[in-house]
Amino acid sequence: MDVNNPFAIYKWQALFDARDIFIDGLTTTLEVVIGALILSIILGIIFGVAGVFPNKIVKVINRVYVEFFQNTPLVIQVIFIYNALPHIHVMMPVLLIGIIGVGLYTGAYMAEAVRGAILSVPRGQVEAAVSQGFNYWQAMWYIVLPQSKKIMLPAMANQAINLVKNTSVLAMIAGGDLMYQADSWSGSNMYYGPAYVVTGACYWIICFALSKYIGKLEKEAEV
Amino acid sequence: MADLFEMNNFLFLMGGFKVTLEIGFFSIIFSVVLGTLIGIVRYLKLPLLAQLGGLYVDIVRNIPCLLCVLIARFMTPLPPTMSGILAMSVFTGAIMAEIVRGGINSVPKGQFEAALSQGMNKWQIVYHIILPQAYRNIIPPMVSQFTTVIKDSSFVWAVGTEELTGRSMILIGRYSDTSHLFVIMGCVALIYFMLNYSLSLIARWEHRRLIAKSY
Repeated sequence: MDVNNPFAIYKWQALFDARDIFIDGLTTTLEVVIGALILSIILGIIFGVAGVFPNKIVKVINRVYVEFFQNTPLVIQVIFIYNALPHIHVMMPVLLIGIIGVGLYTGAYMAEAVRGAILSVPRGQVEAAVSQGFNYWQAMWYIVLPQSKKIMLPAMANQAINLVKNTSVLAMIAGGDLMYQADSWSGSNMYYGPAYVVTGACYWIICFALSKYIGKLEKEAEV
Repeated sequence: MADLFEMNNFLFLMGGFKVTLEIGFFSIIFSVVLGTLIGIVRYLKLPLLAQLGGLYVDIVRNIPCLLCVLIARFMTPLPPTMSGILAMSVFTGAIMAEIVRGGINSVPKGQFEAALSQGMNKWQIVYHIILPQAYRNIIPPMVSQFTTVIKDSSFVWAVGTEELTGRSMILIGRYSDTSHLFVIMGCVALIYFMLNYSLSLIARWEHRRLIAKSY
């Protein structure tokens, strides 16, 4: 019974013929990954430093950002940007929604990674730098952040992989990413088997490549 | 706006919240059990099982939750909620396995040897010596993973399972007004937030208790 076999040869053939759809989706996913990764790292550093800033209001802003984005689902956040913001005349292309949505969400986790890493650097380091004439920001940038790299990178690597996986949320707002293409292609012809295997393999490769790259950065940070 | 705050709408959303809780509760239990079993077989280096466990973790940790949800819904004959539980359990099980492994690794090696010298077999050692100490160390990351399970359960709306997110989307579809949309989404976000924030507080409190205990 060839029809009942989810991995029948002709289904793979159909997928190969439709490869452009999947390549298209993969390109969109990669664009969102790169954009969201950059955004989340910037947000993570800003809010991570804010989390240890010696000013109560700045600290509260950090807590509100982190707690809100860590404790509500990404799906709700992205659907909010997609569905609700146009009502108040904020309209964005779906690619940008993906970058902003996933970037903001992961940024909260990056901020916690940065904050935790900064706290692991002994306080005396800042004081010593300040006594040498550095101001707070110089001490942070030149002294504390480089030292916290070793603790920061593994935690950030985990979040970067979560980010790659979470870009699939775009499928829920017809974002044209890899998961969306796989879902709609296999939904129309029921060839789920090959579509899911190929999609899974693509995400797996992206995550694997990313964790290898960050592993390399970690080694460099140790020297 | 008054028409929004009806008992019917409230019960409708709560019906969805019940499904979210069901998926969350069972997925958490199954994934902790699965993660622990894999953690044990990898710790004891049981032939074949340890390799299979490692392979499972390496594969599932690098694929999206949504893919698990789609596979569980369309490639198994399970009903919607059950397929959601299966997907979330399999997906989270891989992460739990890594958390448990970290916990087991934090137990000093001498503990195993000391227990062995007392005549315990390896299963007794795992059960009585290793796991209790490992669990104590990993309660904070585990509980924060629970919040992720509850958040990620909203992915099952992609296959039409009516949990909290899905029900709120249906509700939004019934009203076209801007203010209605913002109120509904705000309420749903608040429900998730309260549940997850209480869990995070437990994780943080437990973390502090651990630090206080160990020094």
